[in-house]
Amino acid sequence: MSEIKTNPMKGQSGAASDASNEWPLWEVFVRSKSGLDHKHCGSLHAADAPMAIQLARDVYTRRQEGSSVWVVRSDQIVASDPADKDMYFDPMEDKVYRHPTFYKLPSEVDHM
Amino acid sequence: MYTQAMDNAPKEERKAMRSVEEVELERRFDTKIDAGDFIEAKDWMPDHYRKTLLRQISQHAHSEIVGMLPEGNWITRAPTLKRKAILLAKVQDEGGHGLYLYAAAETLGTSRDQMIDALHSGKAKYSSIFNYPTLTWADIGTIGWLVDGAAIMNQVPICRCSYAPYARAMIRICREESFHQRQGFDALLTMMHKGTPEQKAMVQDAVNRWWWPSIMMFGPPDDQSPNSAQGMRWGIKRVSNDTLRQRFIDASVDQARILGVTLPDPDLKWNAERECHDFGTIDWDEFKRVIAGFGPCNRERLAQRQKAWGDGAWVREAALAYARKQATKEQAA
Repeated sequence: MSEIKTNPMKGQSGAASDASNEWPLWEVFVRSKSGLDHKHCGSLHAADAPMAIQLARDVYTRRQEGSSVWVVRSDQIVASDPADKDMYFDPMEDKVYRHPTFYKLPSEVDHM
Repeated sequence: MYTQAMDNAPKEERKAMRSVEEVELERRFDTKIDAGDFIEAKDWMPDHYRKTLLRQISQHAHSEIVGMLPEGNWITRAPTLKRKAILLAKVQDEGGHGLYLYAAAETLGTSRDQMIDALHSGKAKYSSIFNYPTLTWADIGTIGWLVDGAAIMNQVPICRCSYAPYARAMIRICREESFHQRQGFDALLTMMHKGTPEQKAMVQDAVNRWWWPSIMMFGPPDDQSPNSAQGMRWGIKRVSNDTLRQRFIDASVDQARILGVTLPDPDLKWNAERECHDFGTIDWDEFKRVIAGFGPCNRERLAQRQKAWGDGAWVREAALAYARKQATKEQAA
């Protein structure tokens, strides 16, 4: 369930970098059935990649929710900064001509 | 399973001095909450909001994990293979729910180990309900029916919590939870319909013992719930303790009738004017005693958790050592 972490207690290097020797955090993505994309569904702690895949299966697909699982170390994900949200995404707000509905066509051809 | 409105912590004082920048950030935060927007992990949030959520989500996670113990008690003694498989699946679900919730709480900046330490040292609370013993097989069915039923009633509104990682965890949990309540009712129904007189008496006895603790799960009455107003303001809490309790009691009365058991409250009766059931006085002293650590099984539960954590230490260390060794080998190659 976790977001990409900005936990100051987690360092950048290898396995469990804090003093308490926690297993590192992984983000889990599940493809619910073939043809669909993988979707983020949560996170978990695991010592290494094979264990992360195994635990992801046990934790997130107990009811056949998936046909494929990806796991990725949380500290390997680069995310946009929420503080930059307006600056990043608002410029698209006034570009309505990018949407098909912007164009009013004669009704005879409106379903092109 | 089981959140519990345990907002019986003393009312927290907020710090009086705040910088101009902080005031502006909080104003924007409040506007977002008022607009019904969600707060994500990396968004700015007031310290008090973070602390309140951390307390609630971690208590909830601890409750799921400790909640595995009273039921785990019956896995090897379930009466049939079918019931054993169902109970195993249910207990595994509780473990999963604990993990979803720990992960949501971790986004607030506290590590998993810190939360587990808080549980094991007795600093963190968990739902009072798990400090009652499971004496017979009927207790397992009753936990499903009443305890999970109360938990669902409590949890559904949290799916709309303003803190998005918590809300997402709750949606997943609620989707899985309904099976828990239904399997419990089904187990009790089987005993009531096909059981011997002794088995029927066993069901009634279990209901007698679990009814009051179940309705305590909604937490103290609204007028004694010091942090409720702030929780409502911030969209952490959506429906008040007393409202949820009333809904649960009203729903349970019909279910008890269909099951053929009586609920152990002589004052329980329909009030046509209020259009809901009146009920007897809840023993809040008992509630406080159990929360404070003096319930029938508090020590046993905590000791079992500490032992499991201690016994597993070498496995956690070995897995980590192995992973490090493999990573070093890979780097060298």
